[in-house]
Amino acid sequence: MKTKKKGTLRRLFKTMLSFYPVLLPVAIACITLTAIVGAVPAIFMQRVIQNIEQAVTGTLTWEQAGGPIMTDVYILIVLYIISILTGTAFSQLMTIITQGTLEKLRDKMFNGMQKLPIRFFDTTGHGDIMSYYTNDIDTLRQLISQSCPQILISGITVLSVLFIMLYYCLWLTLVVLAGTGVMLIVTKKIGGGSARYFIKQQEAIAVEEGYVEEMLVGQKVIKTFCHEEAAERGFDEVNDKLYEASRRANRYANMLAPALFNIGNVLYVVLAVVGGVFLIPELGVFNISFSGMAISISVVVPFLNMAKQFTGNINQVSQQVNSVVMGIAGTERVFGLIDCPPEVDDGYVTLVRAREENGEIVESQERTGMWAWKHPHQADGSVTYTKLQGDVRMFDVDFEYEPGKPVLHNISLYAKPGQKVAFVGATGAGKTTITNLLNRFYDIADGKIRYDGININKIKKADLRHSLGMVLQDTNLFTGTVMDNIRYGRLEATDEECIAAAKLAGADDFITRLPEGYNTFITGNGANLSQGQRQLLSIARVAVADPPVMILDEATSSIDTRTEAIVQRGMDALMKGRTVFVIAHRLSTVKNSDVIIVLDHGRIIERGTHEQLLEQKGQYYQLYTGAFELE
Amino acid sequence: MVKEIAHSLREYKRVSIATPILVCFEVAFEVLIPYVIALLVNRIEKGCELDVILKFGAVLVAMAAASLVFGVCSGASCAAASSGLAKNLRKDMFYKIQSYSFRNIDKFNVSSLITRMTTDVTNVQMAYMLLIRLVIRSPLMLICSFIMAFVMGGSLAWVFVAVVPLLAVGLIIIVVKTIPLFHRAFRKYDKLNSSIQENVKAAREVKSYVREEYEQQKFGTASHDLRKDFQKAERILAFNQPIMQFCLYVVMVVVLSFGSYLIISNAGIDGAIGVGELSSILTYGFMMLNSLMMLSMAFTMIAMAGESGRRIVEVLTEESSLKNPENPVTEVKDGSIDFDGVSFKYSENAERRALADINLHIKSGETIGIIGGTGSSKSTLVQLISRLYDVTEGSVKVGGVDVRQYDMEVLRNSVAMVLQKNVLFSGTIKENLRWGDANATDEQIAEACRLACADEFIERFPDKYDTYIEQGGANVSGGQKQRLCIARALLKKPRILILDDSTSAVDTHTDAKIRKAFREYIPETTKIIIAQRTASVEDADRIIVMDGGKIDDIGTHAELLKRNAIYREVYTSQNKEGHDLED
Repeated sequence: MKTKKKGTLRRLFKTMLSFYPVLLPVAIACITLTAIVGAVPAIFMQRVIQNIEQAVTGTLTWEQAGGPIMTDVYILIVLYIISILTGTAFSQLMTIITQGTLEKLRDKMFNGMQKLPIRFFDTTGHGDIMSYYTNDIDTLRQLISQSCPQILISGITVLSVLFIMLYYCLWLTLVVLAGTGVMLIVTKKIGGGSARYFIKQQEAIAVEEGYVEEMLVGQKVIKTFCHEEAAERGFDEVNDKLYEASRRANRYANMLAPALFNIGNVLYVVLAVVGGVFLIPELGVFNISFSGMAISISVVVPFLNMAKQFTGNINQVSQQVNSVVMGIAGTERVFGLIDCPPEVDDGYVTLVRAREENGEIVESQERTGMWAWKHPHQADGSVTYTKLQGDVRMFDVDFEYEPGKPVLHNISLYAKPGQKVAFVGATGAGKTTITNLLNRFYDIADGKIRYDGININKIKKADLRHSLGMVLQDTNLFTGTVMDNIRYGRLEATDEECIAAAKLAGADDFITRLPEGYNTFITGNGANLSQGQRQLLSIARVAVADPPVMILDEATSSIDTRTEAIVQRGMDALMKGRTVFVIAHRLSTVKNSDVIIVLDHGRIIERGTHEQLLEQKGQYYQLYTGAFELE
Repeated sequence: MVKEIAHSLREYKRVSIATPILVCFEVAFEVLIPYVIALLVNRIEKGCELDVILKFGAVLVAMAAASLVFGVCSGASCAAASSGLAKNLRKDMFYKIQSYSFRNIDKFNVSSLITRMTTDVTNVQMAYMLLIRLVIRSPLMLICSFIMAFVMGGSLAWVFVAVVPLLAVGLIIIVVKTIPLFHRAFRKYDKLNSSIQENVKAAREVKSYVREEYEQQKFGTASHDLRKDFQKAERILAFNQPIMQFCLYVVMVVVLSFGSYLIISNAGIDGAIGVGELSSILTYGFMMLNSLMMLSMAFTMIAMAGESGRRIVEVLTEESSLKNPENPVTEVKDGSIDFDGVSFKYSENAERRALADINLHIKSGETIGIIGGTGSSKSTLVQLISRLYDVTEGSVKVGGVDVRQYDMEVLRNSVAMVLQKNVLFSGTIKENLRWGDANATDEQIAEACRLACADEFIERFPDKYDTYIEQGGANVSGGQKQRLCIARALLKKPRILILDDSTSAVDTHTDAKIRKAFREYIPETTKIIIAQRTASVEDADRIIVMDGGKIDDIGTHAELLKRNAIYREVYTSQNKEGHDLED
């Protein structure tokens, strides 16, 4: 555990160093200098006080004694100027390094996340993903910008002061070190208690968040059942628990500073007493020190100040314990996300523009409207071209999301170019899973899938996905104009092409009636649009991409039958000449398919045209006549 | 804003007041300790005896103990006060939301309300902690140290009169400059986060359109932009430290040089300052400057929490748009419903009327079907009956009395509504069903489930009625969920039962069975059934066809099939071929 923590910190440091190979060492040099320069004045103060002592006991006048005192003061001024300069340089550099590191880590996380397989998004809670970018980055900021510099500066100060203390007197130094030991024990006790309750507080917050979410989602049901009071009682229960945890966590945290401060005070007293004892000439205490000075008032007084500085810095470091622990945990999570292995892509067959020359397909630079699969053969170094048509075949496909829990068994099917294949079955029968395999969101366990005769494992994922369009049940739109959202299908599409696609999808009609037409700004996943309108936009989006194969997964399920008729016209226009896989709940949507495949628990139990299946009077017939409940 | 938030203090007012008082004592000791120490140092310097040192030591230890006690107590009471305020704020918000009408609920979205109840409350809690501790502590510390510095150092303390305002002005300039910058940066931060959320939600779109690089670019630009803003603000803020250093060093240099001069030239004079005072005055100087720093930090944090406070107050001051009348009617006579010239708009300035000129009279015990496309305001119409919204014009009467004259709870207990967006809550089936009637016996529950055709699948569960339903009813199918929701509504024994598209996932056979049970077992209850399938309303006494917020036609199945185009269209789209087969 400890070594892992150290490893995380070391990696963070290395990462920061790779971002700022010059600035970071300069910043560290500055802070070291600041800390050392900050500790050294104690020596000069001691000398000043010593001089004053001598002047007072020797009844010298200022004219006589002032000279050496002012020399020390001038040296101090120089040191202070250096300290301010390095301090300023450090704090400016550190903001640049902190913000820069955060930006780069954020980008690394996001860029890495884009390359992760869809499994990551399916299995990680969205709140969890968000907390990488919010909570974890925040703790990291705290760690880089506050805790680490504070620990560094305090550590250096403590070391310097320790040296200076030893310079004067070993005995008194030992007293200070003993006091420091007590402070560390107290820190561990109180800090540990505080950390424990802070974790409890986090847990309580999560529980409360869960409760509030459940209640607020069902708020309208609560209202119709006049269940407000019961909801409030339940809330009070979780809320009180959170209060208790939060109160304790903060109580411990608030206790730490006064506890350490006053231990420092007591230590001060002990030092004064011990110092006082040493000063008694009759005792004749023998001093051990680097300087070889005997114990005198000009040793004890500055020593008291140094002890104050020493404990003050220990106090500073102790205050950082919580944020260091949390910062390391956050850093671990951030690196964890960055380290997630990206989606593997061994495909080498690519999609290229092509034209036909003398009955042969050759690659073309211009836009021809024709595409071909470029298939380099490793064995003989030759390249073959296959026309992109949209012929999809599956042979004996098995699949499981989790090992040991097969979801699909022995799925074999084919869709010739231009055919419409429909999947029907209960929730969990495996309809969506099949489409997830086609575009290689997930990879099959056994069997083979061929696209235009090519094993899809050989096709580069990006090109495979370019050749497949998807319209999903839950339409996700992006912040931007309506036009931007349509153009998402093909970034280089012109305005005219986007409008043409919208017309094809039957979306043009409502878009032109929006306040700003195609320039209407969409936010919050199109909250200001109806479900049907969003659905139409997503159809327009796929239309502009113009893929030869399309997957429509419950694309019209949340639209009522009347509105669907309008959407259907757009869909029909779109489906013409393409291979289409349709998943639909509503049987009116699948009726006119070339083949309907009925799935049950991951197996194909019936297949055929609508008429054939009705004749069979099997499962499909029962579903169709409503004698059977879907889902 | 402050007033509304302070209102939530209630039982934590005492600890809130106790905290600054305890802090005052804490500060007093903290300030006195260096004074005693100075005296001690002076005595040591003069070469005093051990017993004097011990006496001083004892006094100092006692003072440190007292300071510790006050420190710990103020810390504890501060923790209690700030956690208490947070608790009450959350509670007040939650209770307030419970009093919201549907119109209020529509205004806020769930995730924004959750953020307000968590992150925003935490921000206010932190700010409050700083407020009752630091905001009292720092000025007090400043003043006390100032006084002590004068007491001990005399004319030497004048250096603070020059330095403290310098630091104060420097810090104020920094605070004033950075707060708007931080506000802007935090808004961008929110935006960046919502764009990440968008990207995560749309992961399938991003991948299937192969837009990973495009998304990376988009993110990179926004992320860089955010960094620039934060960096700008933090670079200004970073000048805190050097300014503080500068002031501290000025104090040091002046005290050391001028102080040495004073000590040496006044040596021997009674009451003149000594070495002890010199180091104490430095301690006070540090305390003074440090407290100013803390104050500026606290001020920045409190100012930043202002935004959170504003968002909380928005929830707290949102007034429910529905109020109980003064002398409410507490009994619903029967299940008759009358719409007289009803119009409805979702918001006052909406152009479109969601419902227009509705005149409709439903007799008690009638079964009414409602058919219409999306946006035809079917749900809106029925939501007016249990006064989930108030009409814009006209009136809705239940049992011959305007719904606005009823006690809302009485009305809603008599009008059971199964909403389109069904929700079950985590808990057992029994617990969920008792929402309808908290005192329902097991027999009554079983009876309601029989009517809703839910008993058959419940009996098949190993734990039967004690089966645990997960949040949102994730472990039951759509059709099962709908039937449980109907059973829950039936347990209210309502005068009026409204099913808003509540059997869409139930198979046609069971659907028919449920309707048959309604006819036989609750004949006096008025039943309103909104449906997508004409099959679900065919046997109703009357069917209302809605179109664009108006009643297009009312009649029986046979009548409408004959004369109404919309109804016929819906019917044929669903039945044409299937019907042929059945014949």
